[in-house]
Amino acid sequence: MSAENSTSKETPNPAADGSELIRFDGVMKRFGSNVVLDHLDFTVSSGKHVTLIGPSGSGKTTILRLLMTLLKPDEGTIKVGGEYLTHEERNGKLVPAGETHIREVRKNIGMVFQQFNLFPNMGVLRNITEAPVHVLGLSKDEAEERARELVELVGLTEHLDKYPSQLSGGQQQRVAIARALAMRPQVLLLDEVTSALDPELVAGVLDVLRDIAHTTDITMLVVTHEMNFARDISDDVLMFDAGRVIESGSPEKMFSDPEHERTREFLSAVL
Amino acid sequence: MNKWDWSNVDDFMPRFWDGVLVTLQALAIGSLIAFSLGLVWAIAQRSTLIWIRWPVIAVTEFIRNTPLLVQLFFLFYVVPEWGPSMSPLATGIVGLGLHYSTYTAEVYRAGIEGVPAGQWEAATALSLPKTRTWTAVILPQAIRRVIPALGNYVISMLKDSPMIAVIGAFEMLGEAQAYSNETFTTEALTVVGVAFIVIAYPASLLLRALERRLVR
Repeated sequence: MSAENSTSKETPNPAADGSELIRFDGVMKRFGSNVVLDHLDFTVSSGKHVTLIGPSGSGKTTILRLLMTLLKPDEGTIKVGGEYLTHEERNGKLVPAGETHIREVRKNIGMVFQQFNLFPNMGVLRNITEAPVHVLGLSKDEAEERARELVELVGLTEHLDKYPSQLSGGQQQRVAIARALAMRPQVLLLDEVTSALDPELVAGVLDVLRDIAHTTDITMLVVTHEMNFARDISDDVLMFDAGRVIESGSPEKMFSDPEHERTREFLSAVL
Repeated sequence: MNKWDWSNVDDFMPRFWDGVLVTLQALAIGSLIAFSLGLVWAIAQRSTLIWIRWPVIAVTEFIRNTPLLVQLFFLFYVVPEWGPSMSPLATGIVGLGLHYSTYTAEVYRAGIEGVPAGQWEAATALSLPKTRTWTAVILPQAIRRVIPALGNYVISMLKDSPMIAVIGAFEMLGEAQAYSNETFTTEALTVVGVAFIVIAYPASLLLRALERRLVR
């Protein structure tokens, strides 16, 4: 494989060895005068499945979008696998990173969106092979083989030649999951992936994700309103409010015996 | 008025076909220029580099807001004084193409802006290179939805094509007018009038059919 590759940049260890994989240090994010993330610090160890919960507007999705570099932090730094994400060190000083650096670090991260965001002009297979071919440098055959395995994993083998518009929302989202996994990311970001689905299609998508969570060592950051799903797959649950983590813990503790008043209020409203 | 005389029509025919050829050449190559250059403008107008974006916006606004006729005279009489000189037909084609490229640029711009933000985000999330994002994701979706609008400009261009006669590129109407002046007859002008509708109307029907197919 040509592109997984020769750069001296230490590509983080793909094995989930429990070491620190994601680190937010004093991250601030404002939209206008609205402070969405307020000097946020938190870390995620590799292989862990972390669910972010909290009222809407508490900054959960912003965290995922910062990690995906769809947003840039106003202050603070983010590290992925020991590398700065949107900064790089030059002559001992921390400066905003160039596109090449961002690209290199970002390759370790995959994301599944609320609205699927499949490419409507490409069939299922090409949606999945596009990035492995053009970003990782896989041959077309290698990428298609990988795509077929993933399509089987998400249970859509018979839909391989269809276009996104010919699929249901649930099927599209499963393709989007396969597309993200085809890049073999260390981190998978799931941003309210079932919120746009009709209720009867939610279970199929969550089953696929449970399967992935239980059979791979991929690190997951999950924003969801599906609390049962969160309880099933999470190692840690972080409760957000007003741009800060106000409480965190195992799902057992968080869902049955939260300490913080805000957490209790929130959970009683959604459960 | 003289009566309609078919022999004048017969007499005009060889020059009519010459004119048709010039019209169609101007239309075909002019469209090609307008379509490709317009795309370049549209993408350049979205450049993050201000020294690309700004001059391109200035030039395209200028061209779009000045008359084609003035631009044709300028290209034919002024440009050769300090630059290349071209045949009347080549000048006419460049003039048409350049003028219409500023309109197609707007069409492309609307098409590009119509592609949902999620498509850019998905491309970023997959780390697709910039050029690949444009060529494989954004433009195929953007262009598909603007093809009917682009087609409308081909028909507009057909109707503006007689202007190139003013710099000596005798397309259909130019030939007809010259013939009429020489012979003091009017049949040639009628023939050309009919010819325009024979070309333009089926073209617009074709466009509407294309629109139904593409915009679903």
